[in-house]
Amino acid sequence: MVEQEGFRRYVAHIILWIGIAIVAFPVYVAFIASTQDNALIANGQMSLLPGGHFFEVYYQTIFVGTSGSTREPVGNMMLNSLIMAIMVAVGKIAISIISAYAIVYFRFPFRMPIFWIIFITLMLPVEVRIYPTYKIVADLHMLDSYAGLALPLIASATATLLFRQFFMTVPDELLEASRIDGAGPLRFFWDTLLPLSRTNMAALFVILFILGWNQYLWPLLITTRDDMQTIQIGIRKMMTTNDALTEWPIVMATAVLAMLPPVFVVVAMQKLFVRGLVETEK
Amino acid sequence: MANVTLRNVHKTYTGGFEAIKGVNVDVGDGQFCVLVGPSGCGKSTLLRMVAGLETVTGGEIDIGGKVVNQVEPADRDIAMVFQNYALYPHMSVYNNMAYGLRNRGMKEAEIKTRVEEAARVLELSAMLERKPRQLSGGQRQRVAMGRAIVRQPKVFLFDEPLSNLDAKLRISMRVEIRKLQRRLNVTSIYVTHDQLEAMTLADILVVMNGGQVEQIGNPLAIYQKPATTFVASFIGAPPMNLMSTRADEIKSQLGGRAGEAGILGIRPEDLVITNETPSGGVALSLTVDAIERVGAETFVYGSRAPDAQRVAATPGELPPGEVIVRIPGTEAPAIGAKIRVAAISNKLHLFSGDGRTRIEA
Repeated sequence: MVEQEGFRRYVAHIILWIGIAIVAFPVYVAFIASTQDNALIANGQMSLLPGGHFFEVYYQTIFVGTSGSTREPVGNMMLNSLIMAIMVAVGKIAISIISAYAIVYFRFPFRMPIFWIIFITLMLPVEVRIYPTYKIVADLHMLDSYAGLALPLIASATATLLFRQFFMTVPDELLEASRIDGAGPLRFFWDTLLPLSRTNMAALFVILFILGWNQYLWPLLITTRDDMQTIQIGIRKMMTTNDALTEWPIVMATAVLAMLPPVFVVVAMQKLFVRGLVETEK
Repeated sequence: MANVTLRNVHKTYTGGFEAIKGVNVDVGDGQFCVLVGPSGCGKSTLLRMVAGLETVTGGEIDIGGKVVNQVEPADRDIAMVFQNYALYPHMSVYNNMAYGLRNRGMKEAEIKTRVEEAARVLELSAMLERKPRQLSGGQRQRVAMGRAIVRQPKVFLFDEPLSNLDAKLRISMRVEIRKLQRRLNVTSIYVTHDQLEAMTLADILVVMNGGQVEQIGNPLAIYQKPATTFVASFIGAPPMNLMSTRADEIKSQLGGRAGEAGILGIRPEDLVITNETPSGGVALSLTVDAIERVGAETFVYGSRAPDAQRVAATPGELPPGEVIVRIPGTEAPAIGAKIRVAAISNKLHLFSGDGRTRIEA
């Protein structure tokens, strides 16, 4: 029994290590490639150990950009992506928590039809309604702007439903106690519901930030100027070169940089929402 | 300082269900009024109507001489203690108590004085910075009380505030609430389904059933002279024994009185094991089915012989032939023994056949 348990444990560990290797190896290769000389990579002689060009490659990537295909510094692209992702995440949370509040706590005509309309929009992601959305954004002169990048992505049925479910678990007595304590609808929302939703908001922020960060199709359509492009578009453009050699170290450095903000958000927010899950506040 | 008067109050829900069917109650200044009844009798609904959390569909609710039917809960000058306490989970104990005062724009220094005073009275001073989840059930209950006290309202409303506590704590909190209310001298309305809580707390007891008031009055007076069979069986534990007067055994002993009355009630403690029959009283022959010895007293569960019983009243209206007798804890008849119990004439309660009217002998 003891031997078998030991044997099983080894097998489990081996399988886990294989899994980690499959996930981590491409990331490792990307990092290695970003520290090598381009000629070496082009010749197919890239070693699997870090090269000596780390600082110059990353300096050029962040502040200058490629010498050929796009001349945009990746620092600027990251800023664009960051602004867009934060606008999308914050905007989605703000709009959905407010609409969920209206649907759960107020009795108004056509409340349920409105709820179902929001629900049905789950079936209409950006990809499906891309032409009309583009037309509206273009008519509002929001092409090549942060508003144009973020606003059309802000409405979120999923987040609204999530907040609705959460609000329905908040005991009615809390609302009644607030009413007796002289808190009106806005105060109840601000003083009680928002603090209680903190952990939900943190969890949603992680998901929505990454969703915004990874947008490809929409930024591709509505940004034309180089200084407005996001990092996802930038990477793609860097790889397309007509005759010249693709500057692989810079492409790989960009890919590594593109990974960092989502990793940072997950790590930072995970602490917050795990703590929230442990200390249940209801 | 205020009277609370309910005048012919009705509540009909939009579905047509009538939860409150015309209630008249008058609670004097500083009195402690307890609404008691089985679950679904409308007592909580009535309290929530006084609080302003439910709309009033008929009649008037008057607090301190002012009809408040259309007044917001916050402006009624009431404070309410909820069954699950409804503390704000994300606020400290201090902020839980201070929140209602801040919303009224009170000065921070005055708030501090009031909260600290309430915390001192409730022995919460050491816990002001804690969050509700770090408190025990009894402490949370006291915070809920504190939140009501700091407001210094005209009326306290309690919605089964002790039902989430364990039995021991419930008794000590019951005494605390009564002492506190006496000292603050604030008019209070208290809802409970526990008849013992109701008896011990109330200045005025309101027994409710099916959205109507069965009886209002001093708790002891209600105990001694229940107006209906519902009140008779609801107030008092174990409940009053009710039996049909048409059974031969009882009919012969009641004589002329049996004609007008349909139901005879005798409290378990008014029955004595004896072979004599007191004049004008009632004696019953029982077979002992079970006994419960709780120390100070013994409860004997006996059944009357089926032929002597001959229950002709509406089925379900009366308990089937079982009689509970309460005797001193030192005695205990054997199970299966035949005993004879008797009650003297002024301990007999007579009710009309439908149980809705008390008949004075």
